[in-house]
Amino acid sequence: MAVLEMNHIKKVFGGLTVLEDISLHVDEGEVLSIIGPSGSGKSTILRCATFLEKIDGGEFSYMGRKAAWEENGSVKYADKASLKEIKKNFGLVFQNFNLFPHYSVMKNLTDAPLNVQKRQKDEVMAQAEDLLKQMGLSDKGDAYPYQLSGGQSQRVAIARALMLNPGILFFDEPTSALDPELTGEVLRVIKSLADKNMTMVIVTHEMKFAHDISDRMIFIDGGVIVEDCTPEEMFSSKNERLQSFLGKLETTY
Amino acid sequence: MSLSTMLVQMGDGMLKSISIFIWTLVLSLPLGLIVSFGRMSKNRILRGIVTFYISVMRGTPLMLQLLVVYFGPYYLFQANIGAYRYTAIIFGFVVNYAAYFAEIFRSGIQSMPKGQYEAADVLGYSRSQAFMKIILPQVMKRILPPVTNETITLVKDTSLAYALAYSEMFSIAKQIAAAQTTFTPLIVAAVFYYIFNYVVAGIMSYIEKKLSYYR
Ligand SMILES: Nc1ncnc2c1ncn2[C@@H]1O[C@H](COP(=O)(O)OP(=O)(O)OP(=O)(O)O)[C@@H](O)[C@H]1O
Ligand SMILES: [Mg+2]
Repeated sequence: MAVLEMNHIKKVFGGLTVLEDISLHVDEGEVLSIIGPSGSGKSTILRCATFLEKIDGGEFSYMGRKAAWEENGSVKYADKASLKEIKKNFGLVFQNFNLFPHYSVMKNLTDAPLNVQKRQKDEVMAQAEDLLKQMGLSDKGDAYPYQLSGGQSQRVAIARALMLNPGILFFDEPTSALDPELTGEVLRVIKSLADKNMTMVIVTHEMKFAHDISDRMIFIDGGVIVEDCTPEEMFSSKNERLQSFLGKLETTY
Repeated sequence: MSLSTMLVQMGDGMLKSISIFIWTLVLSLPLGLIVSFGRMSKNRILRGIVTFYISVMRGTPLMLQLLVVYFGPYYLFQANIGAYRYTAIIFGFVVNYAAYFAEIFRSGIQSMPKGQYEAADVLGYSRSQAFMKIILPQVMKRILPPVTNETITLVKDTSLAYALAYSEMFSIAKQIAAAQTTFTPLIVAAVFYYIFNYVVAGIMSYIEKKLSYYR
């Protein structure tokens, strides 16, 4: 069963159709990368999937549970209680981390599990310590976000998302806000998650990374999916838009 | 009149000034937060009303507002306002300061990056949890400097209660000065307000230090 399935998603921002007709599915354990030019709607896909934006057409579901669908020509979302359950399926890692500056690293990780999910303190603390260790941040539990480098911040943000044991983790350009010398440490962490069969959707401009880590890649342009294929097929595609995009990238990066 | 009798009489006024100050602060801060919600409401009518209220409070003298609050019920309904003086003063101050605090809260809330709400949302916080746990604490830190300014102004503004012939610090000082033809009570009053504000500033900078553990 697909962890996430989106069909014919449409999104309009005040007259500007950003997503025209997006259909994609992510299977369990799969790593999907989304690439495409700036402004093509990559972030918008993730924001629609995580309920930060409302869709204007189409339908999507998590683990077979419908989150939103069309009914009599308009989009209907599941009721509040169902949405609360559905939202437990995913986590999102932002480009600029969005850590809570007034909470220590430890509290950033544990506050939602303790106070939103109401889980047992011992178990939550143990999980947090374990994750910090995995992220190579064991000594940073008491630090505050302002004391962290960009790479450390992003690793904390990833750990924070993992604390909720999401079935699928979304990344929106997780290394774009980082100094080049710090991207490696974050990409390594994401790679290690892939090795553990974490289901992930990654929007990225890091082509080599996307090629290496992805099971499947999507190239989006002008609000539609132009290519949906394996990394090998992607980089050997003869599609003109894709070639011009990859060509441009090579010259700029 | 000896200095000590004078001080005893003025001491009573000081307590009254302090009580106006404390009640105003304790009531107008939470009220200001609620008013700021109205000011930012999606409902245009509510927003319009609140915006108008704030502009009137900020655009007319507090002393005039106090007079209206106190004498209004008498002129409008011939109500007996004899026992209503203190309530009127507190009410007038609170309604005025809530307007100022509402604008401060609003600018603080609106200065918060959208990403904080979004991160909280994705982590499962309800809207009210996100506001109380993630947004408001950070807003408090951001608005501390303007709140400190208003608080210091409030210390001095308590003297406006004299307009309603309420025997707080300033009224008493004026009375004694006039009756005894001496300048001393005014100096005592000045020292009182100065020390009061010195303490207030100290408390505010203590809070600021407390909140400086993060950026
Ligand atoms: N809230 C919004 N209101 C209006 N327009 C928006 C909004 N969010 C995004 N857009 C527009 O939608 C289009 C797609 O934006 P989106 O952020 O999804 O692109 P992207 O592919 O993520 O680009 P980038 O690589 O620069 O991050 C852009 O033209 C953008 O200006
Ligand atoms: Mg984007």
